[in-house]
Amino acid sequence: MADHATSSLPGDRGYLSEQGWRSWALTMDHKRIGVMYIWTTLGFFVVAGILALLLRLKLLVPGPALFSDHTYNVLFTMHGAMIIFLFIIPAIPSALGNFFIPLLIGCRDVAFPRLNLFSYWIFVAGILVTVGTLVAPMDTGWTFYTPYSTRTSAAVTSLSFGLFLIGMSSILTGLNFIVTIHTMRAPGMSWYRMPLFIWAMYATSVIQVLSTPVIGITFLLLAAERVFGIGIFDPAKGGDPLLFQHFFWFYSHPVVYVMILPAMGIVSEVVPVFARKPIFGYKAIAYSALAIAFIGFLVWGHHMFVSGMSTISGVIFSFLTFFVAVPTGIKIFNWIATLYKGSISFDSPMLYALSFIFLFIIGGLTGLFLGSLATDVHVHDTYFLVAHFHYTMMGGTVMGLFAGLHYWFPKMTGRMFNETWAKNAWWLVVAGFNITFFPMFILGMQGMPRRYAEYPAKYQPLNVVATVGSWFLALGVIIMFANFVRSLRNGEPAPDNPWRGLTLEWQTSSPPPEENFHEIPTVTDWPYGYGNRNEASRDH
Amino acid sequence: MAAYKIYFVAWSTLLVLTAVTVAVSYLNLGLWNASVALAIASLKAGLVALYFMHLRHEIKLVLGFAVFPFLILGLILVGTLIDAIYRF
Ligand SMILES: [Cu+2]
Repeated sequence: MADHATSSLPGDRGYLSEQGWRSWALTMDHKRIGVMYIWTTLGFFVVAGILALLLRLKLLVPGPALFSDHTYNVLFTMHGAMIIFLFIIPAIPSALGNFFIPLLIGCRDVAFPRLNLFSYWIFVAGILVTVGTLVAPMDTGWTFYTPYSTRTSAAVTSLSFGLFLIGMSSILTGLNFIVTIHTMRAPGMSWYRMPLFIWAMYATSVIQVLSTPVIGITFLLLAAERVFGIGIFDPAKGGDPLLFQHFFWFYSHPVVYVMILPAMGIVSEVVPVFARKPIFGYKAIAYSALAIAFIGFLVWGHHMFVSGMSTISGVIFSFLTFFVAVPTGIKIFNWIATLYKGSISFDSPMLYALSFIFLFIIGGLTGLFLGSLATDVHVHDTYFLVAHFHYTMMGGTVMGLFAGLHYWFPKMTGRMFNETWAKNAWWLVVAGFNITFFPMFILGMQGMPRRYAEYPAKYQPLNVVATVGSWFLALGVIIMFANFVRSLRNGEPAPDNPWRGLTLEWQTSSPPPEENFHEIPTVTDWPYGYGNRNEASRDH
Repeated sequence: MAAYKIYFVAWSTLLVLTAVTVAVSYLNLGLWNASVALAIASLKAGLVALYFMHLRHEIKLVLGFAVFPFLILGLILVGTLIDAIYRF
């Protein structure tokens, strides 16, 4: 690949030069919009994390403690809804995706910069409406199941409207990315020369565009049922409460791939860089992302095995759920094969990427327990499910996000973070995470149900372990964020290419100039020719 | 003016179809009431998509993205109906 390094003068803040709130609020620079998404989503990660710590604190003891049972219901609903809709769905696609898609494909901005800014502000509007519902806080769980959600006095209607807006933002962002990837790639960047993060983001965007309208319609129907009393979900009026679950999961299962696919994309970028080896099975990884996106649309029924669903659909959905594990397995084998005989260095981005692989294997395989008809009857709605979901989402997506934040921090800010503290934080995060969530697998197998404010005394010892683990986890996250914030001002100036990566974002300065590249690069090869360059630069 | 002709034709057709919808609502077709109303509505939606939203002149990729939601709709109908029909 031609050398387009454009070492900037020391003290050049690139796209960050302009100051003042207008330069942020009215910007059409995809990088600044990405940064605004990072702050917003991480803000909600912190808030929802604090709620989780409160919940764990209460669960130290089996009986009543700290706050009322209703408050407990409100807190776990808020934790779930915030983490899902305000953090984890937009965290990687809208934040890192916005910042890095144009940089990785070598163009100056996304296809529709104005629409991009609009997406951000519509997201903020959705957040404001959602936060407004705290006057009558939700106690339905983040899934808002009918018939309870049509009857509760909580602010379901306005919350539906808020989430509708957030969904709109998600659709527009996905659309923007699809068009960007189709039309804006640098000269010479054929589909098979695209970085795998781009393939992952493409699959993600397709899901966002095609599945989000379904939840939008569902929220509208829910609101219509509450306001006008039409019988969509209420059996007394000819409706069907299970229809809500069908609609809800028709969106919410594909959307777990909106959460996980971008993280897989980050791992596919980080692993070859730090193993100094070409990625193994490029096409298999790329197509498995599309396969996950497609099969992911066919498995929603696995959330309803014990809801009174018909046996025959149970069998079909169970089979398809096992089927969707195949492309995921393909990716994992390919990452491991990439590591094989690599010259691996354990820098913090790599540590988080490896944690992703390790923890996501546990999270993914326990998903198969839940996807089998018979075992699901035993573990459904127990802490086993809570453990599984946190292993995929926190052990998977959040570890991927942390890998990405460490990997791209020098590029985004022009500063290096402190590697020693990053490693210290990593130990605490990974150890704390496992201490918190592994006991929940056992608790679930023993039959402890989720979402109950109190529990029988025999479950206390493992609950104490989990709560203590959550403190280590929190400490690790605090150290990580403190390291980032300190480094924003006081970090060493970052070189243009601290990790010796071959993707295009490393060919421009750190931080990148306002239009990304002084001269649009021409691509002549795939971006994974690490190690022996002559051997690796096959024709792609 | 000629360039706009097709839009006037499409628009007039939409108006005619609206009139037909209203007229048909006075007939009692039994089971076919909903089907006929939905068929006319789909025809109108198709006209809007093809002419006013320019789908007729788009490249295949855009057509693909327009057709795909119907596949999704089919999926959700089939999946939900398998459940509803075989429930006991
Ligand atoms: Cu699912």
